Order: sequence, then C-alpha cells, then structure tokens
Amino acid sequence: MSDQSKVNGRRRTLVIASACAGGVSAVATAVPFAASMLPSERAEALGAPVEADIGQLNPGEKMTVEWRGQPVWILHRTQEMLEEIKRTDGKVADPKSERKKGELTPEYARNEYRSIKPDYLVVVGICSHLGCSPQDKFKPGPEAFESQWTGGFYCPCHGSLFDLAGRVYKNKPAPDNLKVPPYTYLSDTRILIGEDKKRA
Amino acid sequence: MAAAEKQAVTGAGPFNGLLTWIDQRFPLMETWRSHLSEYYAPKNFNFWYYFGSLALFVLVIQIVTGIFLTMNYKPDAAQAFASVEYIMREVPWGWWIRYMHSTGASFFFICVYLHMFRAMLYGSYRGPRELLWIFGMLIFLCLMAEAFFGYLLPWGQMSYWGAQVIVNLFDAIPVIGPDLAIWIRGDFVVSDATLNRFFAYHVIAVPLALLALVVAHLLALHEVGSSNPDGVEIKNVKDPKTGRPLDGIPFHPYYTVKDTFGVVVFLIVFSMVVFFAPDAGGYFLEHNNFIPADPLKTPAHIAPVWYFTPYYSILRATTDEFVLWVLAPGVVAFALLLIGSMKKSAARIAVGVIAIALLAGLLSLDAKVWGVVLMGTSVMIFFFLPWLDRSPVRSIRYKGPITKTALTLFVIAFFVLGYLGTESVSEGRTLAAQVGTAVYFLFFFLMPWYSKMDKCLPEPERVTSR
Repeated sequence: MSDQSKVNGRRRTLVIASACAGGVSAVATAVPFAASMLPSERAEALGAPVEADIGQLNPGEKMTVEWRGQPVWILHRTQEMLEEIKRTDGKVADPKSERKKGELTPEYARNEYRSIKPDYLVVVGICSHLGCSPQDKFKPGPEAFESQWTGGFYCPCHGSLFDLAGRVYKNKPAPDNLKVPPYTYLSDTRILIGEDKKRA
Repeated sequence: MAAAEKQAVTGAGPFNGLLTWIDQRFPLMETWRSHLSEYYAPKNFNFWYYFGSLALFVLVIQIVTGIFLTMNYKPDAAQAFASVEYIMREVPWGWWIRYMHSTGASFFFICVYLHMFRAMLYGSYRGPRELLWIFGMLIFLCLMAEAFFGYLLPWGQMSYWGAQVIVNLFDAIPVIGPDLAIWIRGDFVVSDATLNRFFAYHVIAVPLALLALVVAHLLALHEVGSSNPDGVEIKNVKDPKTGRPLDGIPFHPYYTVKDTFGVVVFLIVFSMVVFFAPDAGGYFLEHNNFIPADPLKTPAHIAPVWYFTPYYSILRATTDEFVLWVLAPGVVAFALLLIGSMKKSAARIAVGVIAIALLAGLLSLDAKVWGVVLMGTSVMIFFFLPWLDRSPVRSIRYKGPITKTALTLFVIAFFVLGYLGTESVSEGRTLAAQVGTAVYFLFFFLMPWYSKMDKCLPEPERVTSR
C-alpha cells in the first residue's frame, strides 16, 4: 500500500492497546455468564446427607434411597452371597479397590466386601461408565452376558458387570468399581449416607 | 448505487412501481438475479440433488411447529412430561403439531444424510468447494446438538437416561472432565436445571447458529457454483457472447419447479408417517419415552434415536481388548504408512512422535476415554474429506473399482453400526460392531492412498445427460 510510510506509530500503538483492553474486557464479561451455569446455591444445598432405616431389610433384599438425586443401594447380603464375592476375585478388574482410592472407596470400606459391616453393601447405583443404573441379577447361574454368573449387577446400557461387592468385571466398558458413598452407622439399624462421622 | 442509476423494474405488471420503489432503496432485483433468475446451475442434476432443498424445507417445518409447541410446553422437571401429554391430548391439533416436529427431526436427518451421501458420491466437497463442505458439516453438528437438546425436553425415561449418558461422555476427558460435566448439567445429576438450560439451547441458541450457518452455506454455494453428477466444472465452457455456462440453466424457474415437485413427493411420504406411524415402530419415538423420567431407575434397554446409533455403536465397540489388539496396532501401521510416504524428515519425525504419544495414551488411559475419542472422530473425520480424497476425478462415475468398493463397504458398515446401536449388547454383536468400526475408519484413513492409486476413467469435457 502506498500509504504505508505515513502510518503513525503512536496511533498504531493506541489502536493495539485499545484492542487489547477491549478483548480483555470481552473475555472478562464472559466469566459471569459461564459461572451462572454452575450448580446454584440451592442445588449445592440439596447435597445434604440422608438417613436410611435398614431394620426391615431381610437377607437377600435390596433397598434404594435417594442421595444427591442419585440412587444409593443398600443390599443385605446373605452368607452365600458373601461366599460368591470371594470367588469373583479373579474375574474383577480391581479386587482390592486400589483405583482412585479416596474418591471411589473410603478407607473404612477398602476390604474384600467393600463395606463397613460385611452383611450390608452400600454403593451408589450408577455405572462408572456413562451413568446408567445397573440392574439386580442376584441369582447365580448361566446368563446371556456371562456363562458362569455368580450374582451381581448388570448394566443394560453397555453391558458392564459388577459383582455383589460392586466390583467391576474385567474387559467391560466401565473402568471402575461402583462408588461407595461416605456413610456411617448411627445405630445397628440406621445408616447415615453422605457423611463419615457421627453427628455430634 | 444511487437511485437514479438503477433501471425501473419491468415485467411485474401492476407491481412494477412498488418493486422499483423498493429496488431503489434495497438490492432487491440484484439479489433476485444473482441467487435465483441468473444463478446458473448445471442442467444434469438428478434424484440426489433434491435433498438440499428438502433439508431447508424441513428446517422451516421444525421452526414453525417448534414455535407453536413452546406456547404450551413447560420446561420444568415437575411439569414437562405432563405438558407434552397436555399438548397431545387437550390442545386443539396439538398432537399434529407435535408429531410434525418429532417426525420432522427424523426426516431432517434422513435428508441431511442423503445430502451428504450425494456429496460423497459425486465429490461435491472437492476444491474449490471445501469451505462449502465445512459449513455443511457445521450445520450437521448443530443439527446433532439440536436433536440431542430437544430429546431431553419431553422428560421421559429415554430423554433422561440418554442425556445422562451423553453428558457423562464429557466426564471421560482427563483432568477437567468431571467439573465440565457438572457445568454442563448445572447440577450433580441431570435435573431441572439441566432441562431448563437445554430448553434455552434448543429454542434459541442452536437455531440462531443453525440459521446463520445455512445462510453461509448458501452464500458459499452461490460463490463457487453447484457441482453436478459428472463432477466437471460448467464454468469452463461458456457461451462466448453472453458469458453464461453452456451447460447451466437458471435456478429459477427450472430448479424451483423441480424442487417444488420434490417437496410434494416429500410431503406425501412425510404425511403418511405423521398420520399413520408417528413413532415409526419405536425408531422415531422410542417406547420407553412414554414413561416419565425416573432418576433412580434406568430402563432395561436404552438406545439413542436411530440417527445417532452408528456413532453410539462405535462408542460401545471400544473395549480394552479392542484398544489393545486393534487400535494400538492400527496406530503403528498407520504411522509406518505415513512415514513411508512422506519425504521431509521433519514431518516423519513429527508423525513418529505423535504415534508414540498416542500409543502411550492407548496403553495407559481407560478404554472409556478412547471410546469417546473414537466416537468424536467418527463424526469429525468428515470435515477432512476434501483433503483425504486425492482422486484425479470427482465423480463416482469416473472413479475406479477400489473407490467404489470402499464406498460400498463404508455404507454397509454405517448401516450395520446403525442397526447394532439400536440393539442391546452381546458378545457377537460387540464383535460385529468392532469389525464395522474398523471398516468405518479404514475408509477414511486409507483414502489418500487408494483414491490416488485407483484406475479412473477420463472425465468428459462437458456434462453428460444420463
């Protein structure tokens, strides 16, 4: 361009400076919009712990309670069920709950049965793959998805399998065991889900 | 252009005066001429060329029916399901408007898929039409987003769990994934907040982007001109006197009439579905979606609507074994092929480094992550078609046997994956989906080589009338 020699250096600096200032303000303005999409105060507050009464739960039965909008399963395992869990050690991907320790399995549940008391399994019933809720398949025997099924949970969405301790089978789409939520026994028949320590 | 310089409009009878008045204040006649009466399109358009204008027609149906649906729909988790049933049962003609909208969604995808297949058949994406193709692909992405957001709104079981699964895909992204998923949902699970914002995306954000892209797509088309079944440029042979392409005919009236005929036939088929089979046997409206959303219970069998199933199959096919025995060797083989056909040593080293990084990722990250990556790639790969195709000719009519076989296999794989995605998983089906996934990607990744080495026929000078 023939006008190039006439470019005023001071003017050009001012143009660049104001463009930068404008750009920074535009980006800063986007922050409140993006932040408005985070969970609201109300949604955060709904994460409060819930209590469950397990007094009526017979051996072999499962109950579901809602915590943070998610299903939490409490399964009263029979002696046979506990025996089955030992037998699946070789089939599951993470038998000792060593992956993502703090996030998936609290310290007090990091054992063979993934629970505080072996009889009661407490897990969030959401598949670690893409968030479906697996189905109960407690009866051992041949199944379409596994010829030597020893009882557990089957996710209908993508075929992931979990044993009766919520441990994921090898070579399935789900990478992790079912999450054990923080929980604690308030008494022999009452469980508090969502909090570790007994309330003062 | 100053008003005085423009000629008065003629040929519009009693409207000449009004049109002249407007034309002196707005580029009315210029627009009419450049986009319709003097836009020259090749004279040999065939059946496949209906679907662009039909897609535009379906867009109009969706916008109009959508406006009327929002008059009665309530984007509230407690009321959404009931408000849709209210529209179906109590609003006068509400059922008709809603079935038009739900059937329109499926027909939109039918038209767009056929429109894209047309481009693949005749090489319509080849230069100088790359940007036209990219705009088209962006429209396709918007359409997928629009369909996904809209599907949550009836708040049925499939709406809920479908959204749950798709939002959780973002959860697989390393480091930022979990927070990103919460940000998208606005809650820790799919909830009222999610429904409310999906409504906002579905009725305003995405449609605005979609309309802007449609305008850009048409402007780009009219800049480069339409391609045709022979894949030869009609601009190369012009009438020396008028400067018009000898094989071109004005879009209006020739193609406006042809496309109107297409719309009539389309409406016959469309109405048959709307009136007699609006759920299309569970393919257009899934049975489980007539049950209200229950966050505590996943339906026994969940599957996306048919237009998403091929990609969904690819996601499900990606297991640990598939990553180890197919993806990892595939990356190595492809890297060797690339290095073998590259001349610059810097490029070779770059390919090697990327391949090693990918390999390390494949062996260390979860199969879940790679499933999401493959699913994303299966859609995004279409963007690169203009550069993957190295054939000396554009149209399938002059391409050789390898390309024809490859395209046939790809179409079969697409249908097989689509079918498998609607079914529940079993060992045999997973294996079939894995074979389909391999064919799907080989079609694209090997294209630069097979399209180049194929024995093509010579292109004609001018379009043929077959």
